[in-house]
Amino acid sequence: MTPRSDAPAAAAGRRHETNYSTPSERELVITRTFDAPRSLVWAAFTDPKHLPHWHTGPDGFTMPVCEIDLRPGGSWRYVWRNAQGREFSATGTYRDVEPPTRLVSVTHFEGEEQTSTTTFAEESGRTTVTVTMLFASKASRDRGLPYAKVGTEMNHARLDAYLASRR
Amino acid sequence: MSADPLSRTFAALADPTRRAILARLANGECTVGELARPFAMSGPAVSKHLKVLERAGLISRGRDAQWRPCRLRAAPIRKVAHWADGYRRFWDASYERLDAYLDHLESEGKDDDAAK
Repeated sequence: MTPRSDAPAAAAGRRHETNYSTPSERELVITRTFDAPRSLVWAAFTDPKHLPHWHTGPDGFTMPVCEIDLRPGGSWRYVWRNAQGREFSATGTYRDVEPPTRLVSVTHFEGEEQTSTTTFAEESGRTTVTVTMLFASKASRDRGLPYAKVGTEMNHARLDAYLASRR
Repeated sequence: MSADPLSRTFAALADPTRRAILARLANGECTVGELARPFAMSGPAVSKHLKVLERAGLISRGRDAQWRPCRLRAAPIRKVAHWADGYRRFWDASYERLDAYLDHLESEGKDDDAAK
């Protein structure tokens, strides 16, 4: 995997590994532990005043829109913007909201659907967050949904910059 | 059986015994008998798993009819890694930022909104 050279310096010191697994051909599971109590981590994942501070993916992206109606049936809308001003948006609906342990939401993106289940488990003051993304079909899995798109966009932006520098 | 290669790889990797077999093969080639031993499984049961792995291109088998040693083929795993790379770029960066942000929130003692 590509090494990251642009990690925020402030995060140095305490860091856990992010684990990715594919238990079935329609699922992607992302697991990460944070050195913080569950109530705080839950807030960071569900409060629109916190998310734009961190949920922005590759460096250079911002999150100008973060709207959250945190209740079963409530909807959410995120917009990310890259350094060139290009925007990516995703919307979804909450299915299940059980603070501070479990969050289930359906993401709608470019006509595809994906169900994400996020669980928060606390042990000795640390919180392990597990995000399970279930894709509606193999086709939607292969196309990738907003997170994959925003992540991949960084490569494209780098390529653009590289090509521009060669002109 | 799914037709496209990425789906075959996912299906093959979805089984814990097959992942364990691949982990074993990462240390070097093995015969079916050697692979069966740690799994308390019959030779035919292991052969069935090996067939799935072979169809997905994750292993290759030797020509020798007697031994047919199994060897790991890593290229399809790289394709899965490439697929996951977009997600990884998003989440690795976000989670590193969240470490720092949680530090910041804790140092400010700003967890008053946690119960909301």
